[in-house]
Amino acid sequence: MKQQLFETQHQAVWQQIEDSLEKPTQGDNSKVLAENYLLLCQHLSIAKERLYDAALVERLNNLVLGLYRELYRYRSETRLNIYAFFKRDFPLAIYRHRYFILVALLVLVLPGLVAGLWTYLDEDAVYSVLDGPEVRQIERMYDPEARKIGREREAETDVFMFGFYIKNNISVAFRCFAGGMVIGIGTLLVLFFNGMFMGSIAGHLTRLDYVDTFYPFVVGHGSFELTAIVFSGAAGLRLGYAILNPGHSSRLDSLRRAGRDVVPMLYGIVLMLVIAAFLEAFWSSSTSLSIGVKYTVGAILWALVLLYSFSGRRHESG
Amino acid sequence: MLDTRYRVEIPGGINLEAQVVGPVPRFFAFAIDLGIRGIIILVLSLLSIPLGSGGMGGGFFLIFLFAIEWLYPVLFEVFSRGQTPGKKMLKISVIKDDLSPVTLGASMVRNLLRTVDFLPLFYLVGLVTMLSNQRFQRLGDLAAGTLVISVPESAKPAAMQEVVPLAPSTSLLRPEQTSIIEFLRRSNQLSEPRQQELASILEGITHEKGDNGVEQLRRIGAWFLGVR
Repeated sequence: MKQQLFETQHQAVWQQIEDSLEKPTQGDNSKVLAENYLLLCQHLSIAKERLYDAALVERLNNLVLGLYRELYRYRSETRLNIYAFFKRDFPLAIYRHRYFILVALLVLVLPGLVAGLWTYLDEDAVYSVLDGPEVRQIERMYDPEARKIGREREAETDVFMFGFYIKNNISVAFRCFAGGMVIGIGTLLVLFFNGMFMGSIAGHLTRLDYVDTFYPFVVGHGSFELTAIVFSGAAGLRLGYAILNPGHSSRLDSLRRAGRDVVPMLYGIVLMLVIAAFLEAFWSSSTSLSIGVKYTVGAILWALVLLYSFSGRRHESG
Repeated sequence: MLDTRYRVEIPGGINLEAQVVGPVPRFFAFAIDLGIRGIIILVLSLLSIPLGSGGMGGGFFLIFLFAIEWLYPVLFEVFSRGQTPGKKMLKISVIKDDLSPVTLGASMVRNLLRTVDFLPLFYLVGLVTMLSNQRFQRLGDLAAGTLVISVPESAKPAAMQEVVPLAPSTSLLRPEQTSIIEFLRRSNQLSEPRQQELASILEGITHEKGDNGVEQLRRIGAWFLGVR
């Protein structure tokens, strides 16, 4: 068949599809899309096989590309199945990252313990981690005399602090994850310094005997926050490890696979940190609740987070 | 390195092609987005002043700041056909490396890893990575399995003037026929001397010189195209 005849025969259909691609209709039109897709695939094959000119081949190619993108917009992956995510995907991802989680945990906790012990025993040690104004600011925040705990200025409202925690904590977690791209070194550094920072604050405040303000404050939201930071570290280390040790696949494929595997972790981390920010702003800071209530609720939250984190194993074989 | 065509076989046994986009348009798209984000932040900060910086207004402002820093590109890429406003203006779009639409997970990975591409400053790592692979992928793209392509414009075929077809005196192979058809289709984009120069190569087929040669060649092209 001569090219011109081919073109005039199908011109109307192509035009119609081109128009429909520019203004996609709402609703499920996947059946029409699939039919058009198959038809245009055939037309493109014919045009290539018969060596029709480049302009026509390009036009058909672009039509197929457009239809293909429309068709796959309805892929299940794009639609989040929230129930399946909480029930299976997130715990399973945690289980599969267990070794990375262990490493991230150690890199966060060990420097924390060392720094904590050191600042507890030595009065001046805290100044080698933090500078003077920072130390005084933290002392003010957990002063037992304060009306609200964990605030620099008493004028700051719960909502303001919620926003503040969202912005800061989630950004830290994201950077911790991104640092994994530098063969994991960035992640390790973020974990190490955060551990040291938190450890020395805890040690210093314990030394000052601010125990009854500091620990009840951190125990509640710490369950979600610390776990999420460890998870973000694990996700970052997963990327770094994929680059360092690609196994049988190419480094690129290995990295891409890791990039896919960490996605449920990322969703989970964001959710956990939003919960943590909420708790920290509205629950932890309260001074009207008794210390006993805070410790009890804190213990329950920790138990829930840990139980949930260890629930992924049974999904592994399935 | 110079060939920006990216080919991938998709279901249907078709080799689909797309044009990957290099650092320059992507930089401009990023700059436009940066400007838009800056304006949004400016407006929001002005709006939140009456609400008090330490109170409700400040809290929402910080949440918006977070959303604009991290979620702006993700939401646009997922829900607006792979295009942030800046990318839309430059007619480029983010797509998975199998040319299917970018997913929420992939978009998150590529945008979170922006932090590393930005290192040590002004996207130096990203630029070096982009230039060291054939698909112009930065680190975030490599991990997410995404690329940036130029959005094909739905180019309507240019109208051709009426040409009276002419059967060629010798038989030609199919690729040769296609070349002559291409000449017919594109000849109005070429200058007169260039048209004559090209036609003179095929003097053996047209048996004419100069302007007449061009005319003959176009008529033969019309014949191969199927004009009767």
